[in-house]
Amino acid sequence: MAIRPSQPSRIRPTGSGWELAIWYLMRLTGLGLFVTALAHYIIVHFLYDPKDQTAQWILDERWGNIAWRTADWLMLSFVVFHAFMGMRTVVQDYTKGGVRTALTMLLYLGAIVIFVMGTIAVMTLSFPVRP
Amino acid sequence: MLLRYRGSEGMLAWAFHRISGVAIWAFILLHVFDIWLASVNPPVYDELLTIYGSPGGRVVESLLGAALLYHALNGLRIIIMDFWPSMTRYHKQLWYANWVLFAVIGLPILVQIMAPAFGLKPPFSFGGQ
Repeated sequence: MAIRPSQPSRIRPTGSGWELAIWYLMRLTGLGLFVTALAHYIIVHFLYDPKDQTAQWILDERWGNIAWRTADWLMLSFVVFHAFMGMRTVVQDYTKGGVRTALTMLLYLGAIVIFVMGTIAVMTLSFPVRP
Repeated sequence: MLLRYRGSEGMLAWAFHRISGVAIWAFILLHVFDIWLASVNPPVYDELLTIYGSPGGRVVESLLGAALLYHALNGLRIIIMDFWPSMTRYHKQLWYANWVLFAVIGLPILVQIMAPAFGLKPPFSFGGQ
């Protein structure tokens, strides 16, 4: 029986530099999130308990220094790109024509809104922070 | 597309990756909103925490962790096969390895998260609280 290798993922795009860049960036942000998002989950859910993580606790502990805020903002950047571009792939798989265009634009808009909201939070939660 | 495709490890790996991905995306919307709330209205955020800390909240939290861990491990599997195409031949073995890692990493975290829902002390203590 001939080997029919499974299609592992989205095929590496050819022809468009833009699509190829997105393809690579999905893998790059994925690797970034493997480190940052899993570490984040372990800190927030395993080392600590969410029930104790009041706004004051975030201010004092989690975001008590600028390095953690920078790391979390980096994670935000990764996740906004990865999650919304992933959803774009889903939209492109199941829709076409005007619906696809509208949903894709809605995703881009949503990505900007979420990125701005997250950036406001990480930058202004009682900024400036302690050195 | 999801239901018509031939069912086997490769198809399930893909389907779980997609389902977990969409679920995590939905959670990201909620999570960025709640952390934004912490900066603009801390009392409301603190109130939200009581939902997160409830038994039901802990179940959702565990499901999120499962989606995240699966998506992360299978994502590595995808990257391995994308950049090392000969490994595609072993895509099933890689997927089984994923599940072994999933169980080994996931079970302690599951116990730690769910213990308070049963009135138990979390088994691992790091002096954080």
